[in-house]
Amino acid sequence: MRVWKFGDDVDTDAIIPGRFLTIYDPAELATHAFEGTRDDFAPEAEEGDIIVGGRNFGCGSSREHAPLAIKGAGITVVIARSFARIFYRNCINTGVLPVICPDAETIREGDTVEVFPDEGYLIANGVRHDIEPVPAFMQKIIAAGGLVEYAHTIEELELCTK
Amino acid sequence: MSATITEKIFSGRCAREVCAGDVMMAPVDAAMIHDITGPLAIDKFVEMGGKRVFDPAKVILLFDHQVPADSIPAAQNHVMMRRFAEEQGILNYDVHEGVCHQVAVEKGRVLPGDIVVGSDSHTCTYGAVGAFATGIGSTDMGFALRFGALYFRIPESIRAEVNGTFAPRVGAKDLVLSIIGDLGADGATYRAVEFTGPAMEVMDMPGRMTCCNMAIEMGGKAGIVPPDETTRAYLAAIGARTTRQKENITPDDDAVYAAWKDYEVTDLAPKVAVPHNVDNVVDVTAVAGTEVNQVFIGSCTNGRYEDFMEAAEVLGDQSFSPDIRVIIVPASRSEYLKTLRAGLIERFVEAGAIVEGPSCGPCMGGAFGLLAPGEVSLSTSNRNFRGRQGSTEAEVYLCSPATAAASAISGVITDPREVA
Ligand code: SF4
Repeated sequence: MRVWKFGDDVDTDAIIPGRFLTIYDPAELATHAFEGTRDDFAPEAEEGDIIVGGRNFGCGSSREHAPLAIKGAGITVVIARSFARIFYRNCINTGVLPVICPDAETIREGDTVEVFPDEGYLIANGVRHDIEPVPAFMQKIIAAGGLVEYAHTIEELELCTK
Repeated sequence: MSATITEKIFSGRCAREVCAGDVMMAPVDAAMIHDITGPLAIDKFVEMGGKRVFDPAKVILLFDHQVPADSIPAAQNHVMMRRFAEEQGILNYDVHEGVCHQVAVEKGRVLPGDIVVGSDSHTCTYGAVGAFATGIGSTDMGFALRFGALYFRIPESIRAEVNGTFAPRVGAKDLVLSIIGDLGADGATYRAVEFTGPAMEVMDMPGRMTCCNMAIEMGGKAGIVPPDETTRAYLAAIGARTTRQKENITPDDDAVYAAWKDYEVTDLAPKVAVPHNVDNVVDVTAVAGTEVNQVFIGSCTNGRYEDFMEAAEVLGDQSFSPDIRVIIVPASRSEYLKTLRAGLIERFVEAGAIVEGPSCGPCMGGAFGLLAPGEVSLSTSNRNFRGRQGSTEAEVYLCSPATAAASAISGVITDPREVA
């Protein structure tokens, strides 16, 4: 399990370039993940690897292809100092756990990382770092297994208009 | 209670007064899908057990990113979307109609006080008519199509109060680039940006759309201009109903803002966002003389008649540099027709430009106009990320239509104020 380290402002065009957006299959998307910006990623990423970014990870286009490409590569945890809003939400909806860690920058390429989302921390190379809790309403979605699964649990929608 | 425009819009649709930070399941007044993100959203809708969309009249369905189909998979996506529209009774704006955000607004599908979602990050453009509009992913969209509602966390707002009067050949694009330069690419993350003040009050609807369009480039969840006489006149001119707006949604000056920023445009210079980040913003003079290979005037940011007028005024009776490619793409059929009827298309073609039918064009490096390694593009669109318009070794600079036109004449980045 290896850490793939990225910098600030990693945009979704970098995660999956626009020319691959007619693809929807996560495994196939994964073969083009970070194409042109990080060409060793697609051939070498393995099940259980972790992506670590800096600030504003996943900015730009709303394409859900981005978390899908990451998921297709076998990665289910992305750690960053901060996330762009749409990407953060897309991760939760597609079953990739976005972890906000103020110390993300101290995690290095190749480190071993274990995340304890419920306890609110992660361990990187033996050092403990705090992570931000996932908002309560998003936890419900994660607990259900994603937004699709959550939708199936809804019997009657509780609208704020009531 | 004093409130931001976002709080007022959500309070207007909920049984109680809401504040920033509240999380709620709120109804949506419109949901927009296009040819790239739509197929996945439809799949998700079906996976969620969806049979009929919540309200076909509230679904905006378009084709704009890969039109006419530029590949067989794109053509297949189009077929799937058309079939869905027909089955569901959704009005289909097919491949000829234009870029989603322009079409959604000009067809009167978004009104002041509406809550709108779109599976495209620049959905924030609709804030120009005083709606709360935000981009969402395809799974969220599947949910919205199924239930007609979505979870929202009401964002805090940043107030951008804009004062002064623009100098000639300086305008909305230069303003919004300078705000992004100031706040940074993540300066408004999880927040709504309210554009207010005297300079916004006299700004036309296309300029307001340019500003709101780029709210996402500072991380914003929405960009909003309070609706006023200009909004009402615009909506009346396009024949839109304005009755849906019930509450007064003018923001209160003493509302709680995450930040209050004052901007002064009187001395504002034309701005350029330098590769590869939208917040790398400098005065045009700092990069003047940079050689370019391609100039693109178009996109949902700057593909309207007024943008082409701005470019044409700079162009006058001159020609574009024969050493570069000038690609002009109107944002919609209606903007195309206005531009055509005013004689501008003829002028552009005469000057050496390629004019394409309404679409996203080279904005996202999909359909045509891609860049080779080492090439430089100057673009009136909204993103200059590495690889956005083709090769990851190409460079994209962002600017206003006036700066694009001035540079297209000389073949190097040029200050539009220096063109006679
Ligand atoms: S013109 Fe560009 S930014 Fe606008 S919707 Fe199309 S691809 Fe997106």
